[in-house]
Amino acid sequence: MNILIDYWPLFRDGFITTIELFLLAGVASLVLGVVLAMLRVSPVPVFRAAGTLYVTVVRNTPLTLVFLFFVFAYPYLKILKLSYFTAAVVALTVYTSAFICEVVRSGINTVPLGQAEAARALGLTFGQSLSQIILPQALRSVVPPLVSTLIALLKNTTIAAGFSVPEAGRIRSILADDGENQLLGLAWVSLGFVILVMVLTVVQRTLEKRWSVAR
Amino acid sequence: MRLRSLAIGLLVGGLALTACGKEGTPSNDATGGVSTTPKVAEKVKVEGSPTFDRMTQNGKVVIGVKEDQPYLGYKDPTTGKYSGFDIEIARLVAAKLGFSEDKIEYKTVQSAGREAAITNGDVDYYVGTYTINDKRKAQISFAGPYFVAGQDLLVRADDDSITGKDTLKGKKVCSVTGSTPIQKVRDEQLTEPENIVEFQAYSQCVEKLTAGEVDAVTTDDAILKGFAAQDPDNLKVVGKPFSKEPYGIGMTHDDKPLRDKVNDILQQAIDDGTWQNIYDATLGKSNSEASPPTLERY
Repeated sequence: MNILIDYWPLFRDGFITTIELFLLAGVASLVLGVVLAMLRVSPVPVFRAAGTLYVTVVRNTPLTLVFLFFVFAYPYLKILKLSYFTAAVVALTVYTSAFICEVVRSGINTVPLGQAEAARALGLTFGQSLSQIILPQALRSVVPPLVSTLIALLKNTTIAAGFSVPEAGRIRSILADDGENQLLGLAWVSLGFVILVMVLTVVQRTLEKRWSVAR
Repeated sequence: MRLRSLAIGLLVGGLALTACGKEGTPSNDATGGVSTTPKVAEKVKVEGSPTFDRMTQNGKVVIGVKEDQPYLGYKDPTTGKYSGFDIEIARLVAAKLGFSEDKIEYKTVQSAGREAAITNGDVDYYVGTYTINDKRKAQISFAGPYFVAGQDLLVRADDDSITGKDTLKGKKVCSVTGSTPIQKVRDEQLTEPENIVEFQAYSQCVEKLTAGEVDAVTTDDAILKGFAAQDPDNLKVVGKPFSKEPYGIGMTHDDKPLRDKVNDILQQAIDDGTWQNIYDATLGKSNSEASPPTLERY
């Protein structure tokens, strides 16, 4: 208990940064993930290939390498200067959106083909039928795996501690350097993560209930 | 036919690789090579020391070290050989305890895991820029100090705007995540919070320093001198230490017999000039002087 009180500002600021990272990267990767999924089911072969290439490359790369790229290699390209926090958000987004893409694509595949055909028969364009007919049905069936991916994202944020983002994963190194009991500190950190994941679980349940399909 | 061309290909490739290794990496003497071959003592006895008993039983000594600090504790990525000041000290202590070079097993342990590695018995003793302080003394014990370092700044050679800790305002300062030096910068507000950069390893900070993305790297001068000596054309150490960091040899908390023995070994090395020889062959190559410390026995 003492460790939490003595180091309260450290824990508080760490978890606030974690939550910020998670929210920004979460929203961005949901958007990018859905766009990628649309690419992967599009009738244009070039788009499909681009989506497949992205997923294959990024999903097979360890997250630390993605971070290393954006923090150490990317600056040499001299395109746009990213702060370390932004770089972390970008790295997490690039990585997570590949997983979101696959989740959403599997959702799209659950929607019966007749829906797309009916939409087309009504004269809707590909974009219209996807965004108004198929995606709404697809997303509701993939809430559990989607939330699982987001939970993974939440825990992946701790990698940013090694790349100059002062979030919850950094708490341990400071406790270690002060000679405090690291196991106790880590126990509090994991409790923090359990609480955050529980919030996500509640969100998942609410969405599942609201979007449940009467079959 | 196919097999033969494969074999030739492998051979040529292997040759090319070894050639690259020799050219690309600094040779042994550039990173503080073996210069002192300590005499291995025989029939050493340390009465009542559980750690020493374990070492004799296993027939080898496991020493915790660092691997990313040139001239101090450095592992050559091509040969896998360790070298540097800390390594030489570790080797000397092992020799005086009766363990020759081939009975030493080096184990890289990062800063945050040091206490755990010692208390769990993963390493017999630890030599790696390990600052003696009271909080650590509560968990483990220290022989030494065998060196006294101090927090200093590493800057680009052409940068004259940083002359000491009070000139850091508005400059980007980098160090290892959560380390004491960067905490000191933060607590004493030597620079603005948004200018503090933290990475996993000093080498990453040095990389950012040469790339011009940070303006100073701060930590103990011993570590910084090693990096400066590696790239003297581009980097320099400011040379105004603003703290005292006595480095000790970490071992288990209650092993007083071994601690006394190691202190005796260190004292002898300081008295007979071995310490100075080791320093000159490693950290001394960065053209900075140092004198042996006074041991603090307890």
